[in-house]
Amino acid sequence: MESALKPDFQFLDEVESHGPFEAAACYQCRKCTNGCPVTFAMDLYPDQVIRKVILGQKDDVLRCSTIWVCATCETCTTRCPNDVKIAEIMDCLKEMAARQNIPVPQPQARILHQTFLKNIRRHGRVFEGELMAEYLITSGQLMPKFKDGTLMDDMKLGINLLRKGKMPVIPKIHKGRKFVSEILKD
Amino acid sequence: MKVSYYPGCSLEGTAKSDYAESLHAIAKAFDIQLEEVRDWHCCGASAAHSINHRASIELAGNIVSLSSKLPHEDLLVPCPMCFNRLKTAVNALKEARAEQYRVQLGDEIPNIWGFAEYFSTPDMLEQIIQQVVKPLKDLKVVCYYGCMSNRPPEITGAEDHENPQIMERILDKLGATVLDWPYKTDCCGASMVLSKPGIVHVLVGKLYDMARRVGADAVVVSCQMCHMNLDMYQTQIETTWEKKFDLPIYYFSELIGLACGIKGAEKWISKHITESLSLLDRLGLLKSNVTPQVEAVA
Ligand code: SF4
Ligand code: SF4
Repeated sequence: MESALKPDFQFLDEVESHGPFEAAACYQCRKCTNGCPVTFAMDLYPDQVIRKVILGQKDDVLRCSTIWVCATCETCTTRCPNDVKIAEIMDCLKEMAARQNIPVPQPQARILHQTFLKNIRRHGRVFEGELMAEYLITSGQLMPKFKDGTLMDDMKLGINLLRKGKMPVIPKIHKGRKFVSEILKD
Repeated sequence: MKVSYYPGCSLEGTAKSDYAESLHAIAKAFDIQLEEVRDWHCCGASAAHSINHRASIELAGNIVSLSSKLPHEDLLVPCPMCFNRLKTAVNALKEARAEQYRVQLGDEIPNIWGFAEYFSTPDMLEQIIQQVVKPLKDLKVVCYYGCMSNRPPEITGAEDHENPQIMERILDKLGATVLDWPYKTDCCGASMVLSKPGIVHVLVGKLYDMARRVGADAVVVSCQMCHMNLDMYQTQIETTWEKKFDLPIYYFSELIGLACGIKGAEKWISKHITESLSLLDRLGLLKSNVTPQVEAVA
């Protein structure tokens, strides 16, 4: 994540225009990072993301894997002594990165969200079986999962869910669908 | 009593035959009539709030708007993710910048309740005491809440977001032994189970490990996403951790059903992926008290 300093001084304002998130109130106490359950899988710590937003290090935060590893557990936002909306900033950065099609080191999380929204746009309610299948294909995990044997686990689980009445085979038809596809047009 | 009910998508799918059915049955037993919100749709869940903020507020906001067409004061929401998104939408649609959204809310909106929360009011606890016929004696459990029903507290209205007591109160009335533990509101990784299963294996393995360390024989949940991550992938997570945990994951509603002798309890519990009946059988808590048909995990 080292890069030559190319600050974008508009960036903090751009992020805050989707807020308010109070990013500038951060005094770097790292309480957010200390309570975050997934720091072990992050390339930037949550407090560093906030700092970089303030410093206009746009490329760093839009390209990091942290924003996609963040589970939106809201621990950071809840505990921040300065009411910085850290989890909400993570979401805002995800949306910016997704809309600008910025390449991510491991794009699975983004692909899952996109597949999910396509799925509800189509059906109005999540149709889980189709979502899982479509996600496996679009995220390019079919072959790797076949090779390492985990595809077999998934299929067994699918059959089990079917047997236990936890996996409908046809989506429900209902009137709410129209509203969802309208909202998700853009 | 009549209340509005927003099931949310997974209660028609992965959480249908256990969580949804147990909720319907206990509601009936406690004389609560659930009227489903008409023409309901998905709230957008984590996908919308992650990559389409506006849609996340509009989808969830519209559900609140649809629910206010029903004449009931209370809206019950079994899924903590939906609960959180609905509350977030209400908050956003009340703010100064509400007009940026294509959904507006009227003045009259229902009180939004999580199901477990609704069953833990003093009045409901009193009713639970009266209906218990088979106390869950010697069943040692920890209650696990996860993130969404508690955080952030300004949105959820959670009383004690670092150490909630909602399920503890219920389970205590059911006669179970409820153990204290530090991971009540830690994260299970939610939808990352599909996109980054390795992370979920770490997070959930830690939960299992701590539950066992404090002496629990089972975990009780009020969230179908937590249930999915803790119940469905237990064998795989045990392989990652090279450790057997053997932890049944019960919904609080299944245990209300079991202790109150509500028909169907054993059937709901048999729908879990991790075998969950034999513990209850050993403790003599099953109605039939015969060895349950243990469905092998294929
Ligand atoms: S907890 Fe708040 S103030 Fe402290 S480092 Fe994180 S964002 Fe900054
Ligand atoms: S919301 Fe994201 S960044 Fe904040 S504590 Fe949770 S996982 Fe970490």
